Amino acid sequence: MSGREGALALVAAAALVAVPLLLPGWVAFLLTLALAKSVVVLAIALLLRAGLVSFGHGMFFAAGAYTVGLLMKRVGVHEAVLLTAAGIVVAAAAAALVGLFIARYRGIFFAMLNMAISMVVYSVLLKLYWLTGGTDGIGIRTPVILGMTPDRESLRLAIYYFTLALTLPAFYVVQRFWNSALGFVLRAVRDNEVRVEYMGTSVYRSIYAAYVLSGGLAGLGGVLTGFSVGHIVPEQAYWTTSGEFVFVAVLGGPASVPGPLVGSIAFEFLKSYASKYAAFTWQMTLGAAMLVIILFMPGGLWTIYGWLARGGRRWAWSSKPSA
Amino acid sequence: MGVVLETVGLTKAFGGVVAVSDVNVAIAQGAVVGIIGANGAGKTTFVNIITGYLKPDAGRIRYLGREITAHPPREIVGLGIARSFQIPQVYTSLTVLENVLIALVSREKASLRPWAPLSTRAREAAALAALEPFGLAEHARRPVTELPEGGLKFLDIALSTALGPRLLLLDEPTSGVSSEDKFEVMETLLRIMREREVTVVFVEHDMDVVSRYAQRLLAFVDGKVVADGTPEDVLADPGVRKAVLG
Repeated sequence: MSGREGALALVAAAALVAVPLLLPGWVAFLLTLALAKSVVVLAIALLLRAGLVSFGHGMFFAAGAYTVGLLMKRVGVHEAVLLTAAGIVVAAAAAALVGLFIARYRGIFFAMLNMAISMVVYSVLLKLYWLTGGTDGIGIRTPVILGMTPDRESLRLAIYYFTLALTLPAFYVVQRFWNSALGFVLRAVRDNEVRVEYMGTSVYRSIYAAYVLSGGLAGLGGVLTGFSVGHIVPEQAYWTTSGEFVFVAVLGGPASVPGPLVGSIAFEFLKSYASKYAAFTWQMTLGAAMLVIILFMPGGLWTIYGWLARGGRRWAWSSKPSA
Repeated sequence: MGVVLETVGLTKAFGGVVAVSDVNVAIAQGAVVGIIGANGAGKTTFVNIITGYLKPDAGRIRYLGREITAHPPREIVGLGIARSFQIPQVYTSLTVLENVLIALVSREKASLRPWAPLSTRAREAAALAALEPFGLAEHARRPVTELPEGGLKFLDIALSTALGPRLLLLDEPTSGVSSEDKFEVMETLLRIMREREVTVVFVEHDMDVVSRYAQRLLAFVDGKVVADGTPEDVLADPGVRKAVLG
């Protein structure tokens, strides 16, 4: 990250801190949801680095959410920090297990096997009624945050700030990861697996490591979504949920770290407005938006930042007196 | 000097075509060995078998006295055998420098670290040093896609030398390289490899390059080594002249 991008990140973080204090409550709720899901989108973007598309990340999303639901309902844990940690660990462990098998596959096989396994998870969540409540799902009560129970009025803000407090570090972690050895090796894997092996680096292990990290992130997104929505359902592991994350990754621009956040916020608001003003055709509105993005901004919404940055430089250059 | 690499009865067939047939070669430490042969004579297959990309149907390979037959490329690279490719195998979405940095972290066995940055001052300096002999240091920040054909070839070789091998296999290192650069780069490369006591085996089509740089020459015809000796002797061999030079 350059100094300028670091400054931008700080400004964006400050804006996210200030926004819910200035805007109506429903905006804070949509933003909470957008932040929570952006972490899952980030998990998708992480694998896209290696050229891998997962149409099954709903399973890790659900793993995080159900860990919270079950620990609350069956064990009686209410501390949000503890629940979050458990959700991440369970989702990462699930990814560690699934990854053993799935890290061997590429392309369409990788995408479809993820989907297949997530559909198995979906069925299990659906059928184990005595444990998961089946289609009824599990209601999530107000969590205790660091020993404090937020009251009704401050609950929304408390959940928002809790979500923000975990989302921002997640973005920082992924930013570090992008520039790490493994982050670059993943790009190398997408470009040329044979050469990676001929450098003495295991392609399987690199993908496996990325998969576990990605699963953990998706789990975090599931935990945070559970807290903000207050209810979890098997649909979180359904393939359309997974598809939505891929959709948002492409919408925002998976090649950049801010892309998933921008995409996620744009998506939640677009979906909300589209279902308000075009209740029966909101999916069509989303589809049209996607078409426009793919045709004119193949790098996603984050491309706009590049245009602005370049435009600014061009402007600065042309404002110099010409010789 | 000891033997670095030894093959015994190495054989590989693709369907009915025998690409490598009963090849017995011992290569001395620090030697510079050229391999010539017509297209399809089995040169690249020979390199592919040694580096573990292909499994031989029969025969054994020993490296520094150790059995490495049919070990996977990753393991073989780890033991100190690096190779370059006939068609450059580089990372096209990255910069020239990043390509070499990945080779360096792989060599350090640090390529799976998810936190520490890829680019450090020390690694960057080492990467630039690896690019220098090929005249690529000044293009280090460029995307790989901006390099001309010859530049890609050199980058591919730079990646294999950056791995710090004891045995370097080069598959047609000068094809696609302009004739002005060819000799200069081969000279610099071989001097550096000599200083590091690296054994070099190179497959080559350019007979000027072969006769100038190879200390020993192997000629492949239909998967067999038909001549083995000094470049003068091998290139004077009537069988080789007929089959290889046409």
